[in-house]
Amino acid sequence: MAKAVSALDGASHDGYVRVEEAGLQGMITLRGDLSLDAVRAAATTASGTEMPGTREIRAAEDRALAWMSPDELLLMLPYEEAPETVQQLQDALAGTHHLAVNVSDARAMFRLSGGPPVREVAAKLCPVDLAPGRFEPGEFRRTRLAQVAAAIWMPDAQSLQVICFRSVAGYVHDLLCDAAAPGGEVGYLV
Amino acid sequence: MLQLECPNCGVTAEETEFAQGGEAHLTRRGPEASEQEFHDYLFAKENPRGVHFERWRHVNGCGKWFHVARCTATLEIFGTYSAQTLEPPREIRDRISKKRPGWSWREFA
Ligand SMILES: [Zn+2]
Repeated sequence: MAKAVSALDGASHDGYVRVEEAGLQGMITLRGDLSLDAVRAAATTASGTEMPGTREIRAAEDRALAWMSPDELLLMLPYEEAPETVQQLQDALAGTHHLAVNVSDARAMFRLSGGPPVREVAAKLCPVDLAPGRFEPGEFRRTRLAQVAAAIWMPDAQSLQVICFRSVAGYVHDLLCDAAAPGGEVGYLV
Repeated sequence: MLQLECPNCGVTAEETEFAQGGEAHLTRRGPEASEQEFHDYLFAKENPRGVHFERWRHVNGCGKWFHVARCTATLEIFGTYSAQTLEPPREIRDRISKKRPGWSWREFA
């Protein structure tokens, strides 16, 4: 079988914050009625976290569970564990209306690190108030990043992560590197 | 620039995060309709100066559809509400009546 590679194979760039493609990242889309105990139990068993509230993300060790829409969750986990976990979700939800799909190879993930300025690098590209107190770790925000759909969240106060479609990974990488270019500091969101 | 609140995910964002989806509360005309009815369904749209109702989709967000009641003259948003309804909720209509007494839009007032 061909060796799996992520969209940009871990490309990184040091600007006034560091921009790094996160490499292979397992992602499973789970759709269903999120008010059902069966769906919530299957999702949280797979993630090892609590159920995220609206527009929230809950993380534990190498897994995370994010609220995508009123009927959709995104489970993040190690790349190689995705196929087996999809099977477990499907088994757990047999007879319950749902959809569990391994979308790992359809997405790309970026990590911005280097402290509070990660906020303004993202804020240059997204129409979202990323000021401290308005956007905090634990929130998960789907929005647009310049001209493409993206989801952003802060694993901690020093870093920010971005998910986009794989087909626009190059575009998103270039945008983020440009926004993080030395000399482009705004110094407003700190 | 419009500021819209998506009733599906609770986000308030500017309009570039959304996509406009045409006039709200259309009666869909099918094979049994007369030619005039089908023509009007396709082409005879409201284009008011003032109170207007539209469908919008949170395309760069939760992906869901919803309704918007707004004023085309001032860009004021009277409210957003569920896509799963055939008419503007009473609460939204009352709110519009307070601000635009005597308004009407198609069969609603
Ligand atoms: Zn929404």
